[in-house]
Amino acid sequence: MTPKRRQKLLVILGCLVLAGLAVGLTLYALRANINLFFSPVQIAQGDAPVERTIRAGGMVKEGSVIRDPQSLDVEFQITDYVDELAVAYSGILPDLFREGQGVVVIGKLLANGQFMADKVLARHDENYMPPEVAQALEEAGYSAADYQAKAAEVGQRLEL
Amino acid sequence: MWTFIHKWGSPKWFYVMSAKLQPLFWMVSLLLIVTGTVWGLAFAPADYQQGDSFRIIYVHVPAAFLAQSIFVSMALASLVFVVWKIKVADMAAKVMAPLGAVMTFVALFSGAVWGVPTWGTWWMWDARLTSMLILLFLFLGVIALRGAFASRDSGSKAASVLAMVGVINIPIIKYSVDWWFTLHQPATFTLTSRPAMPTEMWLPLLVMVLGFYCFFIALTLMRTRNEILRREINKRWVMDLFQEAR
Repeated sequence: MTPKRRQKLLVILGCLVLAGLAVGLTLYALRANINLFFSPVQIAQGDAPVERTIRAGGMVKEGSVIRDPQSLDVEFQITDYVDELAVAYSGILPDLFREGQGVVVIGKLLANGQFMADKVLARHDENYMPPEVAQALEEAGYSAADYQAKAAEVGQRLEL
Repeated sequence: MWTFIHKWGSPKWFYVMSAKLQPLFWMVSLLLIVTGTVWGLAFAPADYQQGDSFRIIYVHVPAAFLAQSIFVSMALASLVFVVWKIKVADMAAKVMAPLGAVMTFVALFSGAVWGVPTWGTWWMWDARLTSMLILLFLFLGVIALRGAFASRDSGSKAASVLAMVGVINIPIIKYSVDWWFTLHQPATFTLTSRPAMPTEMWLPLLVMVLGFYCFFIALTLMRTRNEILRREINKRWVMDLFQEAR
């Protein structure tokens, strides 16, 4: 490689590193805004604004779903296995909504700590499997562990 | 090793040698994509939660992989062009951009179609979806910038710079699902661990991914050959080529 080309290569790589650093710092500064939703632990700590449209996310707590048989009203709790958030919603739930499933709810946090959802979105994980396998795993007590580990890790990072 | 790479920098060598490689890649990609499509759509098991809509993964994931790989390849070709002044690299970078834009669009579109039955929405401004949309704009920007200059050399240089800087977006796409809370789930395939789904589900996916990569290589070879002819039309060897063909 001729010295001129080497210099050119170094200048380009240097510029890339600097640009990468600038983008990295910007994203780091904006990290709270890039997160799609608040976790129940953040809401419990008072990080989320009250009476403004926000998104909250977590797993639907097992055994917490109460449906009103007369209407489409439904109440449930979402959890990150540290704190819980009570959600009230009226409308059609996505097909994937069920207890133990990850969801994102869009709506307002009331002053009394309850969340009035206008919309409920279902999350799913990358653990695709055929129905028979799922049944076998369920009997063996699968599901929460993965999400729990991730929630703990993210929670730790947020405190830093 | 270096002389071997240097030879590929010569348009004539590239033109002659790629003619031999091209049919191979077309054959393999056709074979893999047909196998993967039939296998994935008809024989792979449905998902326990999503049912048959899970099968969109057999288009969505290969397209998303390819979109990012094409951008990295384009940036590397641009780097080779800017530093070593190898014209074939610039031609390759030029012909890769439209396919990259198409693949990014396919990934976004199939993701939206998948999102409606599973998430309950076709679009959400989460980090993964947004950074992928930025990738689409980067591809379109590279194509537009190249065309915006009257002189081909200025266009090539400007497009190369944008491609190299745009590479910063690639790690952001890749790690967006780990760094932030997103609606999108974490990666299906990683290099370090086994996929979190059974073999009969990921094997057809792997076949599709490999098929898409072969398609990308074959198409790039073919379009670079065309570009070589277009740019070298006044060179002796191209004239001889046409003379022979007549």
